[in-house]
Order: sequence, then C-alpha cells, then structure tokens
Amino acid sequence: MTDATVQGGAPAPRGSIHSIDARTAKRNRAEKRFRTYGKIAIGIGLFFLVVLFASIIRSGAPAFTRTVVDVPFTLTQTQYEEAEGTLFKTKAYSDFFIAALDNQLREQGVEAEFDADTIERLLGKVGSTIREYYRANENQLGEEVSFSLATSSRVDGYLTGRVTRESMTDSRFLMAADLDLVDRLVEGEIITSEFNWPFITGADSGVDNPGGAGIGASVVGSFFMMLVVLFLSLPIGVAASIYLEEFAVQNRFTDLIEVNISNLAAVPSIVFGILGLAVFIQFMHLPQSAPLVGGLVLTLMTLPTIIISTRASLKAVPPSIREAALGIGASKMQTVFHHVLPLAMPGILTGTIIGLAQALGETAPLLLIGMVGFVARGYPDGFLQGFVEPNSAMPAQIYTWAARADVAFYDKAWGGIIILLIFLMIMNIVAVVLRRRFERRW
Amino acid sequence: MSFVKLTASTLAIAAVSASAAVAQSRENVQIAGSSTVLPYASIVAEAFGDNTDFPTPVVESGGSSAGLKRFCEGVGENTIDVANASRAIRDKEVEACAANGVTDIMEVRIGYDGIVFASQKDGPAFTAFEPTDIFNALGAKVLVDGEVVDNPYNTWAEFNAELPDVEIAAFIPGTKHGTREVFEEKVLLIGCEETGAMQAMIDGGMSEDDAEDACLDVRTDGKSTDIDGDYTETLARIDANVNGIGVFGLAFYENNTDKLKVATMSGVEPKTETIASGEYPVSRPLFFYVKKAHIGVIPGLKEYAQFFISDELAGPNGPLANYGLVSDPELSATQSMVEGEETM
Repeated sequence: MTDATVQGGAPAPRGSIHSIDARTAKRNRAEKRFRTYGKIAIGIGLFFLVVLFASIIRSGAPAFTRTVVDVPFTLTQTQYEEAEGTLFKTKAYSDFFIAALDNQLREQGVEAEFDADTIERLLGKVGSTIREYYRANENQLGEEVSFSLATSSRVDGYLTGRVTRESMTDSRFLMAADLDLVDRLVEGEIITSEFNWPFITGADSGVDNPGGAGIGASVVGSFFMMLVVLFLSLPIGVAASIYLEEFAVQNRFTDLIEVNISNLAAVPSIVFGILGLAVFIQFMHLPQSAPLVGGLVLTLMTLPTIIISTRASLKAVPPSIREAALGIGASKMQTVFHHVLPLAMPGILTGTIIGLAQALGETAPLLLIGMVGFVARGYPDGFLQGFVEPNSAMPAQIYTWAARADVAFYDKAWGGIIILLIFLMIMNIVAVVLRRRFERRW
Repeated sequence: MSFVKLTASTLAIAAVSASAAVAQSRENVQIAGSSTVLPYASIVAEAFGDNTDFPTPVVESGGSSAGLKRFCEGVGENTIDVANASRAIRDKEVEACAANGVTDIMEVRIGYDGIVFASQKDGPAFTAFEPTDIFNALGAKVLVDGEVVDNPYNTWAEFNAELPDVEIAAFIPGTKHGTREVFEEKVLLIGCEETGAMQAMIDGGMSEDDAEDACLDVRTDGKSTDIDGDYTETLARIDANVNGIGVFGLAFYENNTDKLKVATMSGVEPKTETIASGEYPVSRPLFFYVKKAHIGVIPGLKEYAQFFISDELAGPNGPLANYGLVSDPELSATQSMVEGEETM
C-alpha cells in the first residue's frame, strides 16, 4: 500500500524557475495575445480618428479661403442718391459696380468675350458690402476706393477645383465660356485668393450668396446659450447633488428621485425641445429663436449629467475627511462647504465642462424653439440683448448649411464643423488641465 | 459664504434677463413653413435686412403643414407672423385657425415652382417620362391585362420598353411636404386615369372618391422611398444609387446640374419658360400667409410682404427668378391685394 502510494503520488520534479515550463509559457502567450488585441483595438480606433479628421479637414479647408475681385471703384454723389432712391438698393449698387468693372476691363483690353451679364455671373452679392461702406463713409463718395468683393460660388469652385468646365455645361449660373474671362482675370491678378475672414466673423447669408456666409454670429449665439447653461445648471446641479449626497435621508422618496435623475440623463434631447416650446414659449411667452430659451432647454438637458458627475465626485471624497472635520466640532454644513466640496471641485468642474461640451454640439432641441433656419443675421446690439435677440447656434447653422442646394454651402458646413471641433477641443483641454491641477489622490 | 452669494447673484441675473426678455416686444418678423419656399424667403429676408432699417426676419423650415399648424396656434407675439406654404391652405386648416382666433389671413402667391424628375448624370437613360410611367412604377395597384393588381413591376422596361431595364428605385417627397400633394395630383392621378386603372377600379365597384384615393397610394414594397428631409437628402440617395430617380424642385436641380440630369415630362423639358407657359405639367404655386392682426404690431411685417412680391424681387429679372422661381404673370394683382391688406 505504502509503496503504491509513493509510486502513484510522486510529484513530478519541479523545474527551475529559470526554465519556463509548458503551462507558464501558455499563460505568457495568452497575455501576449491579449496585449496584441488591445493594440489592434487602439490601432483601429486611431485609424478611424485619423480618417475622420483627415476627411473633415480636407472637406472643410475650402471654407477658409475665398476668391475676391480686387478693383478700384468710384461712386459719385448722384449715383449714391439714385441708388438710395430705389426699393432694391443693393441691386442698384451692384449694377453700378458691374458697369464700372465692365468699362475697366474693356479699357484694359482683356482678351475674352464678355458683357455685363458675364460679369454679373462672376460676382457674388456685392451690393450690400458696397452700400454698407458708403453709408458709413459718405465722405468717400467721388473718391476712388479699392474693394475686395467676393466672387460667385462657382468661380470660387473653379479656382479650388470643385467646378470644372465639363461640369458647368448645363448650368445657367455660370457658362463654360465665362471661365475664359475668369482665366484672364486670374492672370491679371484681378481675381485673387485670400483668407476668408468673413467666414469667421460674418453672419448667415441667403441661399444665393454662399460667398457672404459666416459662422461668427452663431458662435455668439452659442456663447450666450452656454452662459445661460453654465450659470443655471452649475449652481442648481451642485446644490441638488450636495443635498442628495450629504443631507437627504435615504428613503423611498429619495430613491425615486435618484432613479429619475438617471432616467432623465437618458431622455432623447428632442424631448427637451418639445418641453421648451410648450413651457418657455407657449406658456411663459419668452421670445422665439432666442439664445435665452435655447440655454434654458439645454440647461434641462445638462442638469442630469452634472448631478450625476457631481455626486460621483462627492462620493469619491474619503469619509475620513468628513469624520475628521466633524470630530473637531465642525457642523455638517461647515464640513461640506469647507472640506468636502473643495476636494470634489475638480471632478465637478470636469463634469460640468463635459456637460457643456455636449450641450454645445446639440441641434435637436433647438429645432423646435426656432433656432434652426435662416436666423443668424448679425451680432446682438448689447450684452443683455444677446440673450433675447434671434440667433442661431453653431450646430444649427451647420445643419442649415448642409441642407442648401448650392454645393458651396456644403464646404461651409464642413468649415463650421472644424470651428465647432476647435471649441470642443478647447473645452476638453480645459477640463483635463483643471483635473490635473487640482486633483488629489488618496 | 461665497458659494451661496454666487448662486444668489446668478439666479438674480437670470431673473433680470428673463424679465427683460418678457418686457421687450418682438421687433423681427417670424416666419416658418415650407422647405421649398425657405430658399426664396431667405433671399428676400437677407435683402430686406440689407435694404431697409427693419431687422432681418427669422425664417424657419419644417414643411408646409407644420408651418400652417404653428401659424394657426393663435394671435400674439409668441406665434409666427407668416407661414410659407408650397400648397394652398386647406379648409380644415382655415377652420383650425378660426378656432384659435386667427381669422383675417392674407394669402400671397409669390410665383410658381416646377417639380422635376432627375437621376444620376451618368446613370441609365431616364430622359423622358409620361405620367403613366411614373404611375406604373410607383402605384400600389396598377392595371395589368385589364385587371387591377398589386404592382408587379420590378424594372422600368417591364411596362415601357423605351425605358431602361433597371430596377425601380424612386425617392419621392414624404407626406409632410406640400410637394407630395402636387406629385400625387399632377402625376399619379393623371397616370392612373391615363392607364385606365381608375376606370377599372370604378368598374370594379369602387366609388369615384375611393378610386381616386386608391390611385394616390404608393407601393410599400421598398421600390419607392418617402424622403421626409430636404432635397439634399434626396440628392444623397440618388448619389448612392445609380438607378435612382428623385423628385426635386426646379431650382434645386438647376443648382446641381453637374450631378443630375433631368427627364422631360410628356415631352416637355422643365424650364422657367415652359413652366410659366403651362406647357410643363408638373408645377404648383407657392404661397405665404400673413396674419393681418399682426400688421401694425410687428414692425416691418407689411413692408416685408410688399418687398417680397415687388417687381424688383419677384419679377422675371429679380433674384428669385434668377434662383429658379417661375415668376407670377399676375404679380401686380397680388401687389395691390397686399397694399389693400385684403384677406381671404
């Protein structure tokens, strides 16, 4: 019996720790495989990120340059009065400009067939720029002024390669023959390319004027909405979560509230838009298309996010801090405001900024309160008016542009996406920096 | 405690700005409605802001029905002043308006819009259609050998040998668009009558109204797709489907001649001239509706309406015609109607 036991149960001689046995090798291989999977997953993610960024930048880059006609122009006092006397004043200005340019090109002996209609097709909507200038500078009447005026979207497309002679064969907006004149003007450096400042600083334009479209006004609209969101959702959200986390008794009622806050965070954003329309506009009679209402709607949407992240960061403060404060005689409120809240602040701020970034990119709730469409037409007259004057928001502006017939607006939409991404990145970087600076590890 | 102070002052600022908002009366004209009229309205709104001292009107989209619904919600600053529509207002909507106190409505016709059938520029040769072709391709029930049956056709060549032998794939405006109504009346119904399907349905025991409704039913087996978005969505679907046929507005097509080719209807090419003369059959008037009660309350409302239909804007040489609107030969009658604030 004993012999048998010794024979049967003798353990296999263990190898040295320097030589790897089969099972260890297997485990090592499994770990290696897992690492490779991880790397592949990250690689795929990075690949898509690169593709996404490359396509956004490639599609959006044309929005940041524009082609302009650079010519000296003289408007006389009589012409000014004549134009101001008509109903469609900007058209009158534009006709004067076209006639002047026509003359000038003929004097220079430009070798191409053209007439006033050709020039009209080459130019964008120049009238409003000219009218604005002379209304502000009446002393320049009769003097030669050098204007840089946007060309039509097709000429712009021709110089960026979006439009070719072949693709223009059936178009009545720009004839293939007109491109001869464009070629001459480019050679003569009358048509040049420049950085598109009006795109950054300008406002939305009509569908027949892509050259005049800018995103600046809607950036301002987004800014005012974010102010409302920040100044409402941060105090309300933080107060609610401090009460729920530190003071409220645990019972069915607070459980119910907690569950519902989590539910609210998952509600589709369009629902908040419907609520905003019914409550803020139809019941409270706040103005339509106003960043104030947009901000209120987005506040409702952001609150659950802020409450959840605030409660998480309050929970992350170790109980020992609270006990120490209470132990040396601090009241509950002193404990929270002097010790717990400052320590939770980095987490709260990060959550708030992420919530704001989410709200910044939101279009759906704005659809119903009148901020999507042809809205953003200028900067507000003052700070308080900024909240109530009709304005759009960046994502809404992008959405509007993407739906327009002229392909030039498609470029603008991509350009708008780049601007929006820049703002989102800045916000996320601020969130990371705040966390790095103030975070404490236990 | 600074946090409490911060909260209090924040709420105070919010309250002040909110009350300032309520106290301030609306200065801009507020417009909503048809996405077909939106481009024209945006051109006019921009020019109106550039040429007058009134603020630029706000123009929202969303479809004719949605716009008229908001228009009929009542009178007051928190309702819209103007509804754009690509079809005339319905009696039901007039009643809904009246029920909410919106009684004096001015109907302003701005011009005509052509509806065209277009396909990929390099795609199959869809260059000539008759209403019968569209009905046979898209109708839910069609006439085959004297019998009314569920639409059996898979390719265009099956019912018209002159059309390409490719899969039927049509993208038509969804029911919330005013364009759908024109498409039904001027294409499907005519096609239904011309193929004899309608007569066959009536002979089969249907009342005339039922037969008409049955004619407007579109097949639901996936060969026809309702597009609820804008024409850009239709264009994207056509771009992705070489055999696709889409329904567009004339102005949209003319802006995208590099990607689309247009088909003739009953042998007539869609152009502003043929639509104005009535030769091209598929066109419809475009309207906007003005609440008379808001004139004098909302600054610039009447001026906007007058500016919109002035000869300089809506006339044959104006920017609207240049963009693709077929100008109304009776524009002067509309002008005097707006001048006199005549209601419907």
